[in-house]
Amino acid sequence: MVTENRQENSELLKIRGLKTYFAASGGIARAVDDVSLTLRMGETLGVVGESGCGKSITALSIMRLIPQPPGRIVGGEIHLTGRGDLLSLPESDMRDIRGNEISMIFQEPMTSLNPVFQVGKQIAGPIMHHKKVSRKEAWERSVEMLAKVGIPSPEKRVKEYPHQMSGGMRQRVMIAMALSCNPKLMLADEPTTALDVTIQAQILALMNRLKEEFATSILLITHDLGVIAKMARNVCVMYAGSIVESTDVRSLFANPLHPYTRGLLGSIPRMSRAGGKKARLSTIKGIVPNLTHLPEGCRFSNRCMEVLDLCRKQQPPLATVSTGTGGDHLVRCWLAPAPSKELCDGGTSHSEK
Amino acid sequence: MQKMRNENFKKRLRAFSQKILSSKLAILSALLIFIALVCALFPGWLAPKDPYEQDLSRRLKPPVGFEGSAPGYYLGTDQLGRDILSRIILGARISLLISGVAVAVAASLGVAAGLLAGYYGRKTDLLIMRLIDIQLAFPVILMALAIVAAVGPSLFNLIVVMGISGWPRFARIVRASVLSVKEEGYVDAAHSIGASTYRVMIHHILLNCLSPLIVFATFELARMILLEATLSFLGLGVQPPTPTWGGMINEGKQYIYMSWAVSVIPGVVIALIILSFNMLGDELRDALDPHTERQVMRGFPTT
Repeated sequence: MVTENRQENSELLKIRGLKTYFAASGGIARAVDDVSLTLRMGETLGVVGESGCGKSITALSIMRLIPQPPGRIVGGEIHLTGRGDLLSLPESDMRDIRGNEISMIFQEPMTSLNPVFQVGKQIAGPIMHHKKVSRKEAWERSVEMLAKVGIPSPEKRVKEYPHQMSGGMRQRVMIAMALSCNPKLMLADEPTTALDVTIQAQILALMNRLKEEFATSILLITHDLGVIAKMARNVCVMYAGSIVESTDVRSLFANPLHPYTRGLLGSIPRMSRAGGKKARLSTIKGIVPNLTHLPEGCRFSNRCMEVLDLCRKQQPPLATVSTGTGGDHLVRCWLAPAPSKELCDGGTSHSEK
Repeated sequence: MQKMRNENFKKRLRAFSQKILSSKLAILSALLIFIALVCALFPGWLAPKDPYEQDLSRRLKPPVGFEGSAPGYYLGTDQLGRDILSRIILGARISLLISGVAVAVAASLGVAAGLLAGYYGRKTDLLIMRLIDIQLAFPVILMALAIVAAVGPSLFNLIVVMGISGWPRFARIVRASVLSVKEEGYVDAAHSIGASTYRVMIHHILLNCLSPLIVFATFELARMILLEATLSFLGLGVQPPTPTWGGMINEGKQYIYMSWAVSVIPGVVIALIILSFNMLGDELRDALDPHTERQVMRGFPTT
C-alpha cells in the first residue's frame, strides 16, 4: 500500500484519452486517438513507433503546439503535476510552462537554431524570460549550460553562430537550451535521428547524465528500439495513432505480446544470424493504414499475421495482462492472454486500482 | 567578451565589404549616392550661388563651355536667372528627403502588413492580399494624382501619398519570405521554449527576412525619386520656388527651344542617381545572397 501511494504521488504527467485530429483532404485524420500514458518523476518513458503513428503529435499536443488549423485536440486530458489539466489552461499560462516546466528537443538540430543569433543569446533568451534574471546572469548561465552539455571552451563557443557548429554540437546546444530553465519534463522528439551513430551514443549518454543531474523526466520519442533499450524504463508502442502495447522495457524485449511489437523486434537485423544460416530478415507486410480511413476493427488487422475474424470487427481494448514480472503490461490485442479478465479501456483504471 | 564579439563582427563586415568593394560599379554608384547625400546635407557649403537669387539680365544662359555662357554659372541659369548648379544641389535635399521618408513609410506599413499576412495566414492573409490587389490595380500615378489633387500639394502630403503607393510591394516581399521562414525548425523551437508570438515574429521571422528587404528598399528608393520627380513635373509636388529636380524639368520645358540646359541637366541628374541606386541594389543583392559566390568564381582559372 505504502509503495503504491508513493508511486501515485510521484506521477508527473498523466495523459488520459488524448485525441488529436487533423482535417485532411480525404476526411478527418485521427493522428492521435485515445492515447493514455503516465510518466513518473525521474523516469524516462519511451514512445516508439513508425513514421506517422502519432508520436510527435502526442508530444506537440502536450506542448499545445499543434498547428491549428488543420489540427485540433478534440478530447482527453493532460495532467501535469502542479498545473492541472494543460488543455484547459489559458494560452498565457501555457507560454509560461513551455521551456520552463516542459521543454522540447527537436529532431533537426540543423534547423532548430536561429541562424541570425549567437547561440548564447538563444539560450539566454528563455532564461531571462522565464527566470526573470538580468541579461548578464542569463549569459553566464548559458556559458555554464554549454559547459554542462560538454561543449569545449564554452565561453568562446557561446558567441558563435549556429553555422559555425556541427550537428552534434547544435544538438548539445538544443539540450542546453531545453534544460536551461530546469524543466520537470523534457520531450525529446527523435533527438538522435539526424546524427551519426557515434554522436548518437554520446548524446544519449549526455541526456542520461543530465536527467539525473537536473532531476528531470524524459518523454523519449523514437523509432529506434536500440535507443529505447538504452534509455527508457517504460515503453509505449504506438501504431496508427493509438498505443498498442505499454510495459516496462525488459518485458517488452523479453516478452512482446502484440503482433506489431513482435514484428518490430523481428525486423531488427542481427549480426549473429548473418553468419550462420541464411535467414531472410522478417518484415511487417503492408503499409500503415490511411489515418482518414482506418480499418474497422483492430488498426493492425490488415497487416497482422495472426488476424482473427473478431479483429476485423471490433477494436480490442488496451487490457492488462499478468506476466509474472510484476509491472503492468498493457496490450491492445484480442490474442493477448488475459488471465486477470480485467479490461482497462484506454488505460483509465489500471493505476487507480 | 566584447572584444571577441567585435572581432567576429569585423570579420563578417570584412567579408561583406570585400564583396562590395570588388565591384567597380558598386563603388561608382555608392560614390554618386554619397555625393548626392553630401549635397542634400550641406547645400550651403557646396552651392556656388544663392539658389533663390534671380537676375533677369542673366536668364537662360547655357552651361560653361557653350557660346554665351556667364562666368561663374557652371551649369547655366534658368528662366529667372537663377544658378542651375546651386538649385540642383539644393534640390537633392528635397528629392532625397522625400524619397527616403516615403520608403521608410512604405517599408513600415508593408513590413507590418506582410508579417501579419504571412504569419497568421487564412483570413488575415486573404484580407491583406486583396487590399494589395485592389491598390495595385490602380496606376500609381493616377492614384497619387487623385490624392494630391484632393488634399492639396505639400511636402507632408507628398510623403504620405508616396508611402502609401509603395507599401503593397513591400508587403508582398515580406509575406513571401515569412511564408518560407515560418516553416523553419527554429520557429517551432522558439514556440516550444515559451517565446511570445510577438517575439517569434520579430526576432525569429523578421530578422531572417531582412536581406531581400534591404535590397528591395534600395530599388524602391530609386523608384521613389522617380515618382517624386514625376509628381513635381506634373506640378503636384513641392511648390516653387523650392527647387526639386522634377520641378526644375517642369519649369524648363516651356523654354526648351531657347535653352536646353534648364530641363536636361536635372533630367540627367535624376537618371544618374536612379541608375546608381539600381546598380547598388544589384550589387547588394549579389553580396547578401550566399548563393552567388562571385568571389569563388573569380578564383577559378578561365579556360
